[in-house]
Amino acid sequence: MASTIPRTEAAPAAPTARAARRSARSVSSRSVSHSPVHRGDWRLAWLLIAPAAVGFAIFAVYPLLRGFYLSFTTFHVLSPAQWTGLANYRELIHDGTFWSSVEVTLYFVGMSVGIGIFFALLTAVVMHRLTRSTVIRGLVLLPFLISGVVAALVWSWMLQSQLGIINIWLQDLTGHNFLFLGSTGWAIPTVALINVWKSMGYNAVLLFAGLQMIPTDVYEAARLDGAGEVRIFRRITIPLLRPVLAMVVILTIISSFQVFDIVQVATPDGGTANSSNVLPLYIYQKAFAQFDFGYASTMSVALFVMLLAITFLQMRLTRAGESDLN
Amino acid sequence: MAIALTPAPRTPRTARRRPPVGRILAWTYLVGVLFITVFPFYWVLRTALSNNFSLDIHPSSILPTGFTWGGFERVLGISSQAEALAQGGSGASVDLAVYLRNSLIYASVLTVCVVLCSAMAAYAFARLHWRGRNLVFSIFLCALMIPGILTLLPNFVFIKDLGLINSFAGLILPGALFSAFDIFFLRQFMMSLSTEIEEAAILDGAGRLTVLFRIVLPMTAVPITTLTLLTFINTWNDYFWPLLVANNQQVEPLTLGLALFKQASPETAPDWSGLMAATLVAALPMLVLFMIFGRRIVNSIGFSGLR
Repeated sequence: MASTIPRTEAAPAAPTARAARRSARSVSSRSVSHSPVHRGDWRLAWLLIAPAAVGFAIFAVYPLLRGFYLSFTTFHVLSPAQWTGLANYRELIHDGTFWSSVEVTLYFVGMSVGIGIFFALLTAVVMHRLTRSTVIRGLVLLPFLISGVVAALVWSWMLQSQLGIINIWLQDLTGHNFLFLGSTGWAIPTVALINVWKSMGYNAVLLFAGLQMIPTDVYEAARLDGAGEVRIFRRITIPLLRPVLAMVVILTIISSFQVFDIVQVATPDGGTANSSNVLPLYIYQKAFAQFDFGYASTMSVALFVMLLAITFLQMRLTRAGESDLN
Repeated sequence: MAIALTPAPRTPRTARRRPPVGRILAWTYLVGVLFITVFPFYWVLRTALSNNFSLDIHPSSILPTGFTWGGFERVLGISSQAEALAQGGSGASVDLAVYLRNSLIYASVLTVCVVLCSAMAAYAFARLHWRGRNLVFSIFLCALMIPGILTLLPNFVFIKDLGLINSFAGLILPGALFSAFDIFFLRQFMMSLSTEIEEAAILDGAGRLTVLFRIVLPMTAVPITTLTLLTFINTWNDYFWPLLVANNQQVEPLTLGLALFKQASPETAPDWSGLMAATLVAALPMLVLFMIFGRRIVNSIGFSGLR
């Protein structure tokens, strides 16, 4: 009963502005021009979109503009913001902590995306070949349902140096126990792995849905021509999955850049010697421990610019908007 | 390849032709992934039902060691301080019942509001004809590209200026009115519905609002349920925004309570059994939801599930 979800719900186009604009255009050209039925529509329409429009203006546009404005000011919340021009940006360039934080963030994002996408893709392909079972996909999806706080707590217990089960197993295997979250070198890889554990299933289910859209006759034809598994994967699966894969990669990048809860709970105060001081954590500390909102806003803007640049680059490199299917 | 000469059936049965080694490897991998996914959940349960003193002695016991409900009693504020200490509690107390209530209010009010507002807007974009419709829609969609972290600080300042720090209103308001994703998702679905029933109703003299609430919304029940679930899960799990605007037990949601409990427990001998019991209590509502709606959640995460 619940599984008979209309096709449209399972797969409307990805919510890119371009796709939406395209469909918006097609609707207006299809629809009948202003018939009497639609005469009073505009009044009702504005009434209906009013709450959303207010929310959009007050909690999306206004803070966006204000964020940019605050990045040019000195602002400590209690007294009004004072315009200081590019002073914050100049400070940013010479702020060693900021740059090491950028490094840590890039390291974290790189590991999350690299390992996460690899396993998500592998899992999706394996599921696609072996089973359609919703139960298995559901189990794989399980960690997506819990919060980063819970994931961080569970893993800090399992990785704990004396009593943690992983360390006990490792001790049996290697004779050593590992500090993981407490060490400077392992903190970021460990946190990244926790992040992968939490998001891998979700990405795998997304990629699985993408795999289901590839027509089976393409595979049959390839097999008739005697292509092996690896060749089929490289020459058919990857190219045909590209738009979905690119979207999943971009989403993983965006969410990894903004990681906060896992890092903050697993390694409080940015870990030993700031080893896991990712940018959102540093921004949070600047704003709420040192009350330097102006500078924190400057860093948020810098983070935004980095995100924008990487997303743009990624879109260009992978030609995310195009599909080889048609 | 002799088999290839026979006409291939529509359902691919190619698996049989492959050497079974690959299949065995693939199944081994899948079982491994499922183990890594599910084991931590079991381990939380096992630890939560164990006694802290026995945990020290039998850290690798697969079954709960020194079975007790004490962990749950401690975090739900049922057991007394003395009892808690006797069971290896750290003395750091937590009353999850209050946090649970706060999370319920926060997540359900926000979810209901944002889904309703989005459904109304989606209808205006999908069915009504008005000047500037596509322009407004495109502008709304741009919000998808604004990362949360950028609006977080200014939103905090705004909520603070309104004097709504430490109130449910401050917690809920920024997310309650607008969601570009929800509007997009619902509009897409509404446009795929046939207009016949609506037109018939209008010819019969029904007003537009009647059509919306009596016909379109019921017909959109399935995607609305999906969105409601996803929004609820996301809000329930949110940590960053509540951390900024709530620092009072009367409004703090579970995620915050959990993090505070962790911080309050001593570094040297944390109350792991209590911590894991609390973790389980925090995750349980999501797990229950998943047991009820699992199939729907799994199937709805197609390309639309991107968020």
